[in-house]
Amino acid sequence: MLRGFMTLVGALSLALATTAVSAQNFDDPDEFAKQREQLEMTPNGPEGQPWLQYLGEDMADTSSHAKDGPYTFCFSNAGVNNPWRVVGFTNMQAEVEMHDEIENFVHVDAEGSDDKQIADIEDLLAGGECDVLIVSPNTTAALTPAVERACEQLPVIVFDRGVNTDCPVTFIHPIGGYAFGIEAAEFIADNVDPGANVLMLRILPGVDVLETRYSAGKRIFDEAGLNVVGAEFTDGDNAKTKSIVEDYLQRGQIDAVWMDAGATAVAAIEAFEDNGLEVPPFNGEDQQDFLQKWRDLGMTAIAPTYPTFQWRTPIIAALSVMKGEEVPGPEWVLPQPAIDGDNLADYINESMPPLHYAMCGCEEMPGYPERWGGRD
Amino acid sequence: MSAADGTAREARRFRLPAINPVWFILAALIAAIAIENANFLAPIGYMNFLKRAAPLAILAAGQVYVIVSGGFDLSVGSLITLTVVGSSMLTNNDPAATYWVIPLMLAMGAVVGLVNGLVVSVLRVPSLIATLGMMITLNGLAFLWSGGAPRGYLPETFRFFGRVNLLDVPLVNILPVALLVMIGVGTLLTLLMHRTAYGKLLHAVGDNPRAAFLAGVPVARVRVTAFVISSLSAVVAGILLGGFAGVSTDVGAGYELQAITAAVIGGAQLLGGRGTVPAAMAGALTLNAIFTLLNFLGLPKPVRDVVQGLILIAAVALATLRRRRAGR
Repeated sequence: MLRGFMTLVGALSLALATTAVSAQNFDDPDEFAKQREQLEMTPNGPEGQPWLQYLGEDMADTSSHAKDGPYTFCFSNAGVNNPWRVVGFTNMQAEVEMHDEIENFVHVDAEGSDDKQIADIEDLLAGGECDVLIVSPNTTAALTPAVERACEQLPVIVFDRGVNTDCPVTFIHPIGGYAFGIEAAEFIADNVDPGANVLMLRILPGVDVLETRYSAGKRIFDEAGLNVVGAEFTDGDNAKTKSIVEDYLQRGQIDAVWMDAGATAVAAIEAFEDNGLEVPPFNGEDQQDFLQKWRDLGMTAIAPTYPTFQWRTPIIAALSVMKGEEVPGPEWVLPQPAIDGDNLADYINESMPPLHYAMCGCEEMPGYPERWGGRD
Repeated sequence: MSAADGTAREARRFRLPAINPVWFILAALIAAIAIENANFLAPIGYMNFLKRAAPLAILAAGQVYVIVSGGFDLSVGSLITLTVVGSSMLTNNDPAATYWVIPLMLAMGAVVGLVNGLVVSVLRVPSLIATLGMMITLNGLAFLWSGGAPRGYLPETFRFFGRVNLLDVPLVNILPVALLVMIGVGTLLTLLMHRTAYGKLLHAVGDNPRAAFLAGVPVARVRVTAFVISSLSAVVAGILLGGFAGVSTDVGAGYELQAITAAVIGGAQLLGGRGTVPAAMAGALTLNAIFTLLNFLGLPKPVRDVVQGLILIAAVALATLRRRRAGR
């Protein structure tokens, strides 16, 4: 199997060499191997507070940015246009409230538009009130020049998606898309027989964090000799997801379902239920509806996460920068825990909304649970 | 004009199919699906298909009222979303709440349709613009209500209509409740359009509003009613869709265009005057059959999109051609 893997790696590097101009590579064996390694690493930092933890040893010196408070923090946000970002931004707002030194928190929402975000950053810089700028870029390439300009004026912290420049103080992110795909696929490969039929469900093509999840999953399945019967795009739509799975069930047996994101996992599970079939090994994500369904049906499942607790970290990092303390950098790689059968019960909270992301690290924050849409 | 000419024309008219071509297209697609996948002929196969097609069929049956009256209703997709989001907020996990939430949602739909109809017929705003405005407004309302993410589940009593299959039914073995709803609503709307005076007035208004007005037809009232029917059908479709797949905040996206497409495949004439409810529903089944067939063929997504687009154009062209040849 190792040899097969090496051949695959060789073939891929060759394929890459011939298309060296291709801008983005979503199936990079080096990055795959690196993230697989990082999944096994023990993080530094306080246990039980993953938003403060980091992988690796590199630190960035920030003494030149030290400044007396109170501070104005500015945040240019790609958007609050999906449940993941809603939960994340709520985390961030709650984090800001926990620190009295932050006098002002200026949030500008780019509503998913590169152009608006570039203009937003320019406006924030022109306003001259920001002590630090936090950026969650809408897309990587488009936002790079704007972030570079900002770096000339003030300390910048980037998180979630990256930019193609190392000028920010640090870039905060969980391990990454490959790690998500690896955790889900390895669990499935461990729980089915060789040659089993796996259905892969994807939201949409072309998004880097989703493409890498898929390429990693596919690579693991190929290594394990599983039969990927299809990779379908669901557009994140429940009805479409359920229809696609029903169609596959009519055509033949499905022994496992792999998903690149969990929002429609329950609809996919229902397709098995409603057709009177046993639900096979599944992966979802850390949304409450999936976790509860998993428990209720006693499923064989795993929930890798792209943790929303990462939205707390930029505020904490920005405070450290203001005080001139060193922070993990140039990349602050956060751990990326998965929910499995052993710790499932710890993350279920029936009072939270269906698409609340359980790996929010927000349970001890002010205003929990109402602020996140939960019932008291 | 010679007598020979007349006979030739008569002969040609005689050869015209009396049956709407949408039924042939549908039959051909179903046959193709069955060849591709024999399991489709088992009850669970075609019943799942009908269950899935029911929301769009109901939506198309409502939409065809507005199309026959000479307008469009673009607000139905967002009304579906608002129905699903609103129902999940209001039922709040309480199974007993279903019994007042559904009537309330229907009332809400009636109000939306009333506003659409009044804006179009009294304020004389073109229906494309009026219902586009309503679409944006309702999407905004749904977002405000939910905060952008679902806040609750729909109880099983609510999901009953869209999700449950009745088992051990004679002949077919399983029978989706959604299919019963589709048959019920379809029959009702067919009778209303093709067996009542209202249906005749509706066609008259769509064909030539000026002539209808001069002939004493209450044009405004006829139009407003059409919009109310379309909105009510959207609420019913929303109840089925929410039942089928649960809560999401963009469940209705794109349904307005699918409903219009379905009606046109069924031979309805954009800008009014012509169209039937059963054919529009058959158009909806055709659209769903296209989706299903392409899923079964397992073609890559881009190829599927191309094929789907071409089939749509062909189906609409065929419907239009038949109308021109019929000279009606």
